[in-house]
Amino acid sequence: MCQVDEDYNGLLESPVVVSETQKCNKCKETTAALILKPGEALCRGCFKEHFVHKFRAMLGKNRIIFPGEKVLLAVSGGSSSCAMLSQVQEGLGQNAHKKLRFKPGIVYIDEGCLLGQSMEERQKTMAQIHSLFKVTGFPYHIIPLEMVLNLPSSVLESVHLATDDPAGNYKVAVDHFMQSNPGHSVDPNTQVHQAELRVLTDATVPQLIDESQTQTLQELFSRVKTLTAKEDLLHTLRRHLLVSTARAEGYSKLMLGENCTRLAVKLLANIAMGRGAQLGVDTAFCDPRYGDIVAVKPMRDYTAKEISLYNYMWNVPSVFIPSLETKTADKSSIQRLTESFVVKLQVDFPSTVSTIYRTGEKLQTANFTEDIEGAPLKCLLCMCALDTTLGETSAFQATLISEQLSNVGTTHPMQGHLRPDTQTKCCSPCDQQDGEEQCEAHAVCCSHFKGGDSMNLESLLCYSCQQTVKDMTSVEFLPQYIMSEAKRRNRRSQIRREISEFLLNEDQDCTSIKAES
Amino acid sequence: MAAPITLHLVFGGGAELLFDGVKDHHVTLPSQSEPWNMKQLLVWIGQNLLKERPELFVQGDNVRPGILVLINDADWELMGQLDYQLQDKDNVVFISTLHGG
Repeated sequence: MCQVDEDYNGLLESPVVVSETQKCNKCKETTAALILKPGEALCRGCFKEHFVHKFRAMLGKNRIIFPGEKVLLAVSGGSSSCAMLSQVQEGLGQNAHKKLRFKPGIVYIDEGCLLGQSMEERQKTMAQIHSLFKVTGFPYHIIPLEMVLNLPSSVLESVHLATDDPAGNYKVAVDHFMQSNPGHSVDPNTQVHQAELRVLTDATVPQLIDESQTQTLQELFSRVKTLTAKEDLLHTLRRHLLVSTARAEGYSKLMLGENCTRLAVKLLANIAMGRGAQLGVDTAFCDPRYGDIVAVKPMRDYTAKEISLYNYMWNVPSVFIPSLETKTADKSSIQRLTESFVVKLQVDFPSTVSTIYRTGEKLQTANFTEDIEGAPLKCLLCMCALDTTLGETSAFQATLISEQLSNVGTTHPMQGHLRPDTQTKCCSPCDQQDGEEQCEAHAVCCSHFKGGDSMNLESLLCYSCQQTVKDMTSVEFLPQYIMSEAKRRNRRSQIRREISEFLLNEDQDCTSIKAES
Repeated sequence: MAAPITLHLVFGGGAELLFDGVKDHHVTLPSQSEPWNMKQLLVWIGQNLLKERPELFVQGDNVRPGILVLINDADWELMGQLDYQLQDKDNVVFISTLHGG
């Protein structure tokens, strides 16, 4: 049932023969121009209406973006994010009752350095992006990926906001907006402000890229052995940069252009990569993992086909920018293989994507271990709740044991480095700063740690991010903000271990209270 | 005997990379005994236009899944797909919807 090119012995119904003159299913007048799903043929006009309505409905239904709020659109130049940009533009230009009322800004991250592009090529791409954004009139930021090396380690902390009833909040925000903007006239101040911002960003656009930083980043990616891990690492770094840009520029929402096909692929690929526990947050409309910056995916109801057709028919400009996956074979990475599997299946079973996607909608993340302040422990890289702090009978432990057993006899250079838990006797005290002397004594055991900078990185990561780090030959090239945050967290947990006997744990607390009463 | 036909082919969404980065192609198909259909066009493109990695464009005798085809600005699923008989001055568009082109 789920195999590509399987022989069905004629069980499959032959596709309904559609004639060139088939009428649109909606208006029943004009000749259809496309088929969205079997039996649903639409003409150009109805397709546009359908497309525009879907975007509004997605935002309207979820009520997450408040009027007047600053929203940062992450535009990669690809068709999905450019369609998103055009929808926002259209929504802001609408007449009063349908009008979108948030303040958009755009961000583009230039990743040319990872593809070995020369500075001229990168400047050329950036110039294309520049002219694409300029016509929108929104403030925009064009940022080279190298900026990720300058991030502060505070990026990795999610900021907690007091959350009340979101629906109530929304109503209050709408009322407030109505009062402050009677008649919905555009506030001249905001226009001036936008213009200022634009000038500002214009001036900083051809940002000088420090070549040594380019090299550092290339060095980091050259240490990653597989394309799967490279893509995952790039995804993580890109997210950090987006969130940090949003914070720095005062945006409170981040809009991502991931479409339905993409999310279906991501869902299956993530399962294969051991991110099962994080599926819910990774694919949901609203992703609250960063706390103050909420990532939303307004394009998640559109298939890739819908978007490409819309962009083609209505001349939505997009810039094709090669990525790590460009021109690679099907089996080059898990993500790539999953994509080819899903799209191939989609040819014969047109509801494949929507079935996977609807399944994803029903997923929710279970609650995980919390730290002393009551905040859940989060993965250092992907910032999802840690899935590695489970009991001894968990599937995670079983995986570790079976991996350990299959590695018996083969000395893997990274082995000790990867499973600090099994080596706690020796390695965890040496990890700490005050453990210099001990470290020498355990030099033999700790020899797998490369350089004195090594630390208990894995205990801070979720299972999937551990796998990514495992595919790196060395972690020393990870950006400084990640390393220093890792050190800080390690130190904290060490101190907590040291003082643990003086702390009342919750169970004792409860029993003593009960005894008193 | 069908007369030679001229076509306007457009490649987009990253598919143009397999054609030396050229998006627009004006081509003339030679005359042959039977009328040209899409199936034959794909073979012809593979032999005459594709510069590299043919498996990233054609798989079997069909286009690679994930590449959209439009004939005269309409979805080719409405036109009979591979069996569509090409007419002179037809406009055929190939758009890759795959991540990374």
